[in-house]
Amino acid sequence: MILKGRVFLVERDGRLIPDIDTDQIYHNAYLHITDMEEMGKYAFSNLEGFKDFSKTSHDGEILVVGSNFGAGSSRQHAVDCFKALSIKGIIGISFGAIYWRNAINNGLAVMKCPELQSYLDRGLLKNRMEVEVDLENGVVKIENKEVIKCIPLSKVEIEILEKGGLLELGR
Amino acid sequence: MGKTIIEKIISNHAEKDVKPGDIVWMHVDVVSARDFGGPNVIKNYKRYYGDTPVVAPDSTYFTFDLSTPAKSIKYATAQHLCRQFAYKHGIRVFDVDAGIGTHVLMEHGILKPGMVSTGTDSHFNILGAIGVLGQGMGDVDITYIFRKKRTWFRVPETVKVKVKGMPEKYTEPKDVVLYILKRFKTSFALGKSLEMYGEYIKNLDMAGRITIASMVTEMGGIVAFLEYGENFKDEFSKFTGVPPGELIESDSDAEYSDEVEIDITSLPPQIARPGAPWDVVDVKELKGVKVDSVFVGSCTNGRERDMETFGSILKMNKVKERVMVRVKPATRKVYEYMLDTGLISHIFKAGGIVINPGCGGCAQGHEGLTGEGEVQVSTSNRNFPGKQGRGKTYLASPLMAAISSITGEILPPEEVL
Repeated sequence: MILKGRVFLVERDGRLIPDIDTDQIYHNAYLHITDMEEMGKYAFSNLEGFKDFSKTSHDGEILVVGSNFGAGSSRQHAVDCFKALSIKGIIGISFGAIYWRNAINNGLAVMKCPELQSYLDRGLLKNRMEVEVDLENGVVKIENKEVIKCIPLSKVEIEILEKGGLLELGR
Repeated sequence: MGKTIIEKIISNHAEKDVKPGDIVWMHVDVVSARDFGGPNVIKNYKRYYGDTPVVAPDSTYFTFDLSTPAKSIKYATAQHLCRQFAYKHGIRVFDVDAGIGTHVLMEHGILKPGMVSTGTDSHFNILGAIGVLGQGMGDVDITYIFRKKRTWFRVPETVKVKVKGMPEKYTEPKDVVLYILKRFKTSFALGKSLEMYGEYIKNLDMAGRITIASMVTEMGGIVAFLEYGENFKDEFSKFTGVPPGELIESDSDAEYSDEVEIDITSLPPQIARPGAPWDVVDVKELKGVKVDSVFVGSCTNGRERDMETFGSILKMNKVKERVMVRVKPATRKVYEYMLDTGLISHIFKAGGIVINPGCGGCAQGHEGLTGEGEVQVSTSNRNFPGKQGRGKTYLASPLMAAISSITGEILPPEEVL
């Protein structure tokens, strides 16, 4: 399974922001919302410097995030808000365990790339660059040149993602 | 290379040999949903699968244990939604009279060692007490299991825990597990399976096994399997009414990611201070702290022996004036035991109340919450800020709960009994 799209870096002063918890991704004040489209409006609305994130289009983008992304509560809104914005997937240094499971279950592709920061540091990965994310082989290709080595997904996870989520797979 | 217990159980349920780090489809033997989480499972199920029958109604259950009987229209509606779905699909409901779901499933002989079981309760890994791989999961996962009877799972590494020595006379399994939490917090167990060994562990009765297995959730662990002693088969049969069948044990050349030793020789009673279950000290360090209320129950300390320990002390004493005592048996069966043995009468006459079976003292919707400024001693398993209400909750054993009930203070047992 391969995703293509432009990257959006969730960084501050050149550093991928670590430990963004589910309250910063999707604040608990909006947990009563059940309509997925509406959840998109509140993506990152509680993350300093990203309050206007949902005001511009992120259609088809691939988010690049830091370590321990999605730590904290088990709310599925924190995954669905990105799907609502038609974000294709998230590559990150590492993810919270529950967030990871929720993402796969809800059909949002995620991949762990421990060395992401060094590509930012060397100026090899910049906002809006086009990437190709190969989930099966654990590889991210930047503008058809540089290659970032990541941790491949298991067959089971890819099977779920290909169907668009766990419940879709049950049909 | 040999396998640990969890590697064997998952291999049996994935129909292939697994090793830590593998992500596999795993068959689920028994699945349940509570009045918490259940309504979302039904909503998901109807949305994705419409009227398609649940794949295995005979091993699918609803267990109501959060708000029993319903204390709000929201919960009454949620429970009735579950009932209607269950009756339509031929699923058995353990209704508001039954008690804590995990305990009920064990008591009814539905679960046997070596099985895999999941439900919408974060303390589902309590089932490690009887050698079952129990996992609490979210409503999406449980919906899929209702439909397909399988789940995806990452095989965890296993940590071997050796418990050495024997504690003091008044020290109970709750004190031992609090001490383990104090020593390690979540550092060694996070995301891991545990295997616990030692004279103390293998000689525990069923109530003690349940107490220790239940608090692996607070350690952040996947599940804990406790060494089987000579008494296990009898204890299991007495508890469930059926024989346990074959017991799965680890191979002698199984590989552990870590081995830790915990010495409980002469361990005195322990108590967790308000704020976190791992902020644990010797009871004597808190000597004289005034207590407003006491709660006895929860999946950690709601069994017959817990009630016996508590009730036998209240039988010969009175609840101290201005102390409020609530006791909640884990299940209907425990309640019946208390009725037959006179424990309800002893507790009642001493000045406490016994309320209906179920979960208690650890979430909104439960009985036994605390008000602002209230100081409580509870036998439950969590005391994070706000978890048991607005007050300050100390976690302790049923014996310590009895001491506080009759003295209105936290005191070392040897100064009272």
